[in-house]
Amino acid sequence: MAYLDHAATTPMLPEAAEALTAQLGITGNASSLHAAGRRARRTIEEARETIAEALTARPSEVVFTSGGTEADNLAVKGLYWSRRDADPARTRVLASPVEHHAVLDAVHWLGEHEGATIEYLPVDAYGRVRPEDLREAIARNPDDVALATVMWANNEIGTIMPIRDLADVAAEFGVPLHADAVQAFGQVPVDFGASGLAAMTVSGHKIGGPYGIGALLLGREYSPVPVLHGGGQERHVRSGTLDVPAVASFAVAARLAAEQREWFAREIGALRDDLVVAVREAVPDAILGGDPSPGGRLPANAHFTFPGCEGDSLLLLLDAQGIECSTGSACTAGVAQPSHVLLATGTDPDLARGTLRFSLGHTSTEADVEAVAKAIGPAVERARTAGLT
Amino acid sequence: MTETPQRNPRPLRVLAAMSGGVDSAVAAARAAEAGHDVTGVHLALSANPQSFRTGARGCCTIEDSRDARRAADVIGIPFYVWDLAERFREDVVEDFVAEYEAGRTPNPCLRCNEKIKFAALLDKALALGFDAVCTGHYAQVIVNEDGTRELHRASDMAKDQSYVLGVLDDKQLAHAMFPLGDTVTTKDEIRAEAERRGLAVARKPDSHDICFIADGDTQGFLAGRLGRAEGDIVDESGTKVGTHEGAYGFTIGQRKGLRIGTPAPDGKPRYVLDISPVTNTVTVGPAASLDVSGLTAVKPRWCGAAPSGPGTYTAQLRAHGGETEVTAEPVDDDALDVTFTNPVRGVAPGQAIVLYDGTRVVGSATIASTRRATASVA
Repeated sequence: MAYLDHAATTPMLPEAAEALTAQLGITGNASSLHAAGRRARRTIEEARETIAEALTARPSEVVFTSGGTEADNLAVKGLYWSRRDADPARTRVLASPVEHHAVLDAVHWLGEHEGATIEYLPVDAYGRVRPEDLREAIARNPDDVALATVMWANNEIGTIMPIRDLADVAAEFGVPLHADAVQAFGQVPVDFGASGLAAMTVSGHKIGGPYGIGALLLGREYSPVPVLHGGGQERHVRSGTLDVPAVASFAVAARLAAEQREWFAREIGALRDDLVVAVREAVPDAILGGDPSPGGRLPANAHFTFPGCEGDSLLLLLDAQGIECSTGSACTAGVAQPSHVLLATGTDPDLARGTLRFSLGHTSTEADVEAVAKAIGPAVERARTAGLT
Repeated sequence: MTETPQRNPRPLRVLAAMSGGVDSAVAAARAAEAGHDVTGVHLALSANPQSFRTGARGCCTIEDSRDARRAADVIGIPFYVWDLAERFREDVVEDFVAEYEAGRTPNPCLRCNEKIKFAALLDKALALGFDAVCTGHYAQVIVNEDGTRELHRASDMAKDQSYVLGVLDDKQLAHAMFPLGDTVTTKDEIRAEAERRGLAVARKPDSHDICFIADGDTQGFLAGRLGRAEGDIVDESGTKVGTHEGAYGFTIGQRKGLRIGTPAPDGKPRYVLDISPVTNTVTVGPAASLDVSGLTAVKPRWCGAAPSGPGTYTAQLRAHGGETEVTAEPVDDDALDVTFTNPVRGVAPGQAIVLYDGTRVVGSATIASTRRATASVA
């Protein structure tokens, strides 16, 4: 087996699994006032501090959610509502067109149901938003911008955005900027405190933590309107009884993600480079998606377009040989459609159907790369015979 | 146990088309049980070009896709969804609309087998290294000693679907697998088998309607595509007896929904005898005028060599239709002249005529025109 779909989800770290199981037998609602509640609350707060440290944020800036999708929705919808409530003129939302669907569809929904005007920022051939384009978009009318949202790194092609520069531009105009950092955390330095961001999304299961847990890092001056109303947990921004085992486990994974980031970038990045070389040797006309320069892309991402192939065919052929990868983001799995990310970068729609994303992670080995090196040539040859139906 | 092992002694790489229904699920399960290396594929045939996921939800086919996936899980085979929506739109839906527009009555299931399941899908399957495509159709493929293949009616005549497969040629048949075809069993028994195999689709209702017209309103679908075109309904003498909103909305032999104001002189029900798209006229008349003595069919396809002269066969003229004795003779290379031993009622151009020798499918062709027992109608 060669599991090369870590961007979809990565195996749980043993330390995180241990922290999770250790908590499963312990009773306590973190909102309760008695000893059991206090014990649970302490676990939560320690985890909050750990995660804050891993992301150089303040503990009060960590708002736990059920995962990346919820955090993205809370940031996009919540900030839109609160900013518009404060000034009805603020109805413009600026977003990159290469966002994950959790952001893209939330933004789209605001346009359909909340009277928002959605403006997609231009991106270059690598899918990167340039600060001057954000500046131009805001400066056209700084008073009507509710928020801007640009992901830290792209989940399909791995392109890293100039987040600090973008945040500087947004801050100049007093516009809150949200970044989905689900893919970036653990792979590139993600420093919320220094970033200038208003809000930032992270997820547990992408860094070796459990499913169903994530966080929105939220600047203390922001009070987004909640998506979930209830008991008032998490700064009254996100109600719901906290999942103590998941939070504790997430914290362990977050600490390790930060501690091992340099090792990950170096070692896994080197494996990724080997994989890129191997694929290009086997299929000389394969096109590497995203930024080819090492500093411009996630160290674990290798995205290819194979002209004349359907990604679906390649996936089936590789899957049959125990190589697990993706045609794009896992959420697009099901019915094949050209990736919105590739279309935004100006890729021809026919070409965009022939993509594969290999994403490495902490368990990746040379053997995984060798398996791909051996299988990809014949698979592409065969998939080309099947063609584009 | 009613499960019958495959005739083929050699394990094959099989691509099982799984619609999400009970038949294709049981067929895939039987193929896997027979030792073949089976991969399940659900064909996404309904295009939805919206790029936003939120807007792309709510289609009934997502549930079918899920049901197919769950069946594949239980059988223990890989499963994928393939998007053949564009091919389906071109080859089946547009053909369906064009045929109705031309005053004919198409059979989209047959067209789907011919152009999608045993063409687009089969071609892709073969290119990807599969040996065969497996479906839940009720029909039998029998391999002769010399390696040639014959398509036969299912063992259970009541469920036989060889009619909608009659259009397949030798090459297509060579890679077709119908694991349900040799089962003499009721639908309840297939459902019981599904239940026994742990397939959740065991109790799923059958689908009978045209899959791309979700609400079953074919007239509404056609009206939406072709627009309203009011015209006359006339009797056999040419006298106007009513109006219609589009000649495409009718089928030869249709009785219901004519909404004719003027009653027939003899007070008996009237039927659609002819549809003329050129003049946008629908001709109606008594049941006796529906009797045809013969027909001309085009685009014949033969299972094996084409017959050199006239022959006597049994014929089926519509899905779920009965058998009738005919004499058929190829005319030129691309037509077939058919004479019925006894007149047949209500034959609709656009439908297929499938010729049988006993249970064996000899060939098929598309009905182009009929000869009325009394006078010829185009």
